[in-house]
Amino acid sequence: MTRSKWWWGIPLWVLAIAFLAPFAWMISTALKPDVDAYKIPMQWIPHPFQWDNFSTVLSGATSVLPAFGRSVFVAVLRVAGELTTATMAGYAFARMSFKGRDKLFLLYLATAIIPAQLLLVPRFIYFQKLGLYDTLWALILPGMFTVLGTFLMRQFFVSQPAEFAEAARMDGANEWRVFTRIYLPLATPVLSALGILAFVWSWNDYETPLVLISNPDRYTLPLSLTNFVDEQGQIAPGVTMAASVISIVPVLLVFIVLQRRFIAAMTHTGIK
Amino acid sequence: MATATLVTAGTKARTEQGRGIRPSGWIGFLFIAPNLLGVVAFTLIPLISVLVLAFTDWNLVSGIGGITFTGIDNFVAIARDPGFWHAIGLTLVYVVVSVPLTVVLGLALGIALNRPLPGRAVLRAIFFLPYIVNVVAIGMTWLMLMNPKAGLVNQVLDVFGLRPGWFASSHWALPALIVMAVWGGVGYCSLIYLSALQDAPRQLYEAADIDGASAWAKFRVITWPSLLPTTIFLLVTLVIGASQGFGLIALITAGGPGDVTTTISYYMYQTGFQFYRFGYASAIGLVTFAGVLVLTLLTWRAQRGRALND
Repeated sequence: MTRSKWWWGIPLWVLAIAFLAPFAWMISTALKPDVDAYKIPMQWIPHPFQWDNFSTVLSGATSVLPAFGRSVFVAVLRVAGELTTATMAGYAFARMSFKGRDKLFLLYLATAIIPAQLLLVPRFIYFQKLGLYDTLWALILPGMFTVLGTFLMRQFFVSQPAEFAEAARMDGANEWRVFTRIYLPLATPVLSALGILAFVWSWNDYETPLVLISNPDRYTLPLSLTNFVDEQGQIAPGVTMAASVISIVPVLLVFIVLQRRFIAAMTHTGIK
Repeated sequence: MATATLVTAGTKARTEQGRGIRPSGWIGFLFIAPNLLGVVAFTLIPLISVLVLAFTDWNLVSGIGGITFTGIDNFVAIARDPGFWHAIGLTLVYVVVSVPLTVVLGLALGIALNRPLPGRAVLRAIFFLPYIVNVVAIGMTWLMLMNPKAGLVNQVLDVFGLRPGWFASSHWALPALIVMAVWGGVGYCSLIYLSALQDAPRQLYEAADIDGASAWAKFRVITWPSLLPTTIFLLVTLVIGASQGFGLIALITAGGPGDVTTTISYYMYQTGFQFYRFGYASAIGLVTFAGVLVLTLLTWRAQRGRALND
């Protein structure tokens, strides 16, 4: 690799600032009175600082906190469910042998390429029949049993040596013990990667609640942001941006704290 | 992401089969059962219902008893439906413009970010940020940034005497969506390219340096061929993603103004969830899926043919 030339960074930083501008605008607008939101020229530093926007979206009738709580509830159950079922199934597909395993796996391969949108219509009807339409379970249940998660776990377990299991079986361990005591601890990095991705997918999901939730009292966070748009399609800038800032904080924290793992998960789940 | 995993998984399934694995009988089923039951209930049964619904005429109001089988009527109607073809055309424009732009910019950015630079880790994070933020927060922000009268984007463009109407204009609404899509996807592409670049064959670069090869020659002969599988992967996943692009459109333009941003997935959504024509919406979904599938398979075949020739 050639030696560093610092000036290479200049156009990149200029571009990076342009990329960050929408986020800077979001934060700036969240902290200013609505009359200043569209001021020409743009006023980056709010004057005065309008903290009220945040108190409005954190308390009272327009609070996004209940929606925040619902998003947490949905994400926790989805992630826990997906990790559990995907790990077990992925392990069995990789390290156990039973009749019909490969045919079943082919069925999994086939379902993985179905776009989620194709399933929106039947799921809508289906959840109505089951009485789950307009409940959080309509968001949670399909997310707990994913084919993609199973794939990722299977790919990991396939790469693990079989000798560990044989030694353990020799010592009299049953299949469940072999799985939980030997292979599962090895899977911690993959589990955390899948967990991070599953959390971000769940947290940002907008399409599913758009179709399957109708009562605003059951909106998750992304959908609840649309509450700040009035019937004419006018957006109240200050409170909307304050709520948006709150909605991206958890994903941002996950990203900053677990940056290395997150990036590894993004790059290694797909192509390697 | 799914597609690439699929292919490697498929080949591994054959080679790994049986190696050092004892028959486990029904215990294997027990391990798979929780996931399998969920997949059958929430994916497989809905999928089978799409296949059935596509051959029926059914609106929600008439109840289950109101389902009438109409054979291939829906598919005949699709062939004659100007709204469908309009939506397909728009989707193609959206895909053909946004995907190559995202990939090319992502490649340039990936190569730049692979060099030693001050603040490289921070830069990588900044470009990736738009990819992980929820579509509503992003959409609302851009909607205000692209306000034709007072939005920040037009304040900047005003310097050059430009004042596009963006989402309010029938000419600019689609380009505005494309700008947002590229902004959102470039960081993801550059990240995938970065990880591929790190695997590039270092000895070849050293050999090329000894031969005194130019930077362009090194890119053309070493870097680009080693990035080809990654590029194909990105093209396939981005084409699939963009042809299903829906969230931003539902949120910002609702297909408008008029129908200038009614892409195929939004058209399907309208048919199903605004007009409650579930049978017809299912048929549109199936036809679109079949089209995307054929495109994907063609891309994979092209890649395989290439790999064999090399």
